[in-house]
Amino acid sequence: MSIEETENEIVEEFEIFGDWMEKYEHIIEIGNSVPKIDEKYKNEAHEIKGCQSKVWLHSELKDGKIIYSADSNAIITKGLVGLVIRVFSDHTPEEIINADISFIDKIGLHEHLSPTRSNGLTAMIKQIKFDALALRAISN
Amino acid sequence: MDITAKSKTLTKEPESKLDVETIRKDFPILHTKVHGQPLVYFDNAATSQKPLIVLDAIQEYYKETNSNVHRGIHYLSNKATNEFEASRKTIATHLNASHEEIIFTRGTTEAINLVAFSFGEAFVKNGDEIIISHMEHHSNIVPWQMLCERKNAVLKVIPITQEGELKMDEFKKLLSSKTKLVAVTHVSNTLGTINPVEEIIELAHAKNISVLLDGAQAVPHMKVDVKKLDVDFYCFSGHKLFGPTGIGVLYGKSKWLNQMPPYQGGGEMIKEVTLTKTTYNEPPLRFEAGTPNIEASIVLAKAIDYVNKIGLDKIAKYEHDLLLYATEKLEKIEGVKIIGTAPHKTAVISFIVEGIHPSDIGILLDKQGVAVRTGHHCTQPLIDCFKIPGTVRASFAFYNTFDEIDIFLKALNKAISMLK
Repeated sequence: MSIEETENEIVEEFEIFGDWMEKYEHIIEIGNSVPKIDEKYKNEAHEIKGCQSKVWLHSELKDGKIIYSADSNAIITKGLVGLVIRVFSDHTPEEIINADISFIDKIGLHEHLSPTRSNGLTAMIKQIKFDALALRAISN
Repeated sequence: MDITAKSKTLTKEPESKLDVETIRKDFPILHTKVHGQPLVYFDNAATSQKPLIVLDAIQEYYKETNSNVHRGIHYLSNKATNEFEASRKTIATHLNASHEEIIFTRGTTEAINLVAFSFGEAFVKNGDEIIISHMEHHSNIVPWQMLCERKNAVLKVIPITQEGELKMDEFKKLLSSKTKLVAVTHVSNTLGTINPVEEIIELAHAKNISVLLDGAQAVPHMKVDVKKLDVDFYCFSGHKLFGPTGIGVLYGKSKWLNQMPPYQGGGEMIKEVTLTKTTYNEPPLRFEAGTPNIEASIVLAKAIDYVNKIGLDKIAKYEHDLLLYATEKLEKIEGVKIIGTAPHKTAVISFIVEGIHPSDIGILLDKQGVAVRTGHHCTQPLIDCFKIPGTVRASFAFYNTFDEIDIFLKALNKAISMLK
């Protein structure tokens, strides 16, 4: 599934929810099923700065594609990072770097993108792309 | 205000009859909806909402008065100057100070920076000591660290108890012949603890040490008398006192202000300027370089008048009843731990819920219309002291109601059930 297709799938998934609490219930569910990061990566080097809660992100290259895993000490933050990982994971560095994602806006979570927002969704996406850049350099 | 005597006050009908329903009509924003829910605003320690009298005064200023102060020869300039100086007098009377001891600043932060710079320049030298406490807001930590770096002075810190009170015995030990200033908060923004400032001032003055109090969290909730306290410097922000943002006040004893050099250079603060030598104005103008925030300075007096009309004693009593009610109900929720359990508190409740990150609770409360603050509340050293990632903080004002507390508790229970 392409990045865009996954985005569309998420948008459709969120369409069924009537109110905010249902949306967040779903985000919490996603948070509980995020691909678990290996405990050894839960360190400062893997921490995403700019979040009120702690977020750790690990990226690795497998057969030319990047696999992301993450964790957070806050479950909603973990759900948000889970959504982002679902969109980007298992794609080539090139695809990730060039992806212009729009699903966050479409499902009404754009408030989390604001730079003043403490959840740091912006910081997560930046880190995901940054890691892709670094891994592209390595793979080349 | 003793919250240990909580059992007899747990009622929705407080003895203090404050006509909250009428008061709420003065605050248009309280009747708005957020995310489709009626707003419950419990973030008053961050900033307060503004009554109509303040909102109207802002517009009125620009419609009828707007002009620069202190230098004009025309009607409007005189009008603006008169209102500006009248506001200074209202603030002075409110604090029981003289008007020449009242300096307009941008807020508490600038007031503290001003003292750290100007008092520091005049009185602090290599090896001297400044005392702060472990519960200070960053704005009462960083300016002193900067001063200590500049002067090669030493910063000493009063430790706190697990209940969130200053360890006064340790404080006594910190006072030394090298101590030049004690800078502590009157009321903790994170915990609500009301510090024993009278005792702090008495102990410091016994050793000829000056005291600065950060009154940002005290002034909106209680009557403050700087003469009675005998405090050397006192500061607060207008926006937490139901007034505009961008305006604050520094009270300083004339004996200190007269000896302190200016904080910034520019217009207003000078007596005479030549290209080789400038002489400075007397306080308070010496510390008010440039065109001040005239509108906010004038409007702040309206906010103070408004609060005084209701009565700060009545406000304190009512808010205390809100605190008791919310505290007792919160304590009954499984997993909730209140951070800051000092017997003397303003209406601020910081808490954590076992196994749940504060930011998760904040997000879900917001979506149910309840505004709280989560995180370290600009008091990282304090939060680190409790070894927690942060707290959820609900802070009340006199326009909040017992029904709103019930809505908050219901929303909190729902959030917890989703997050557990």
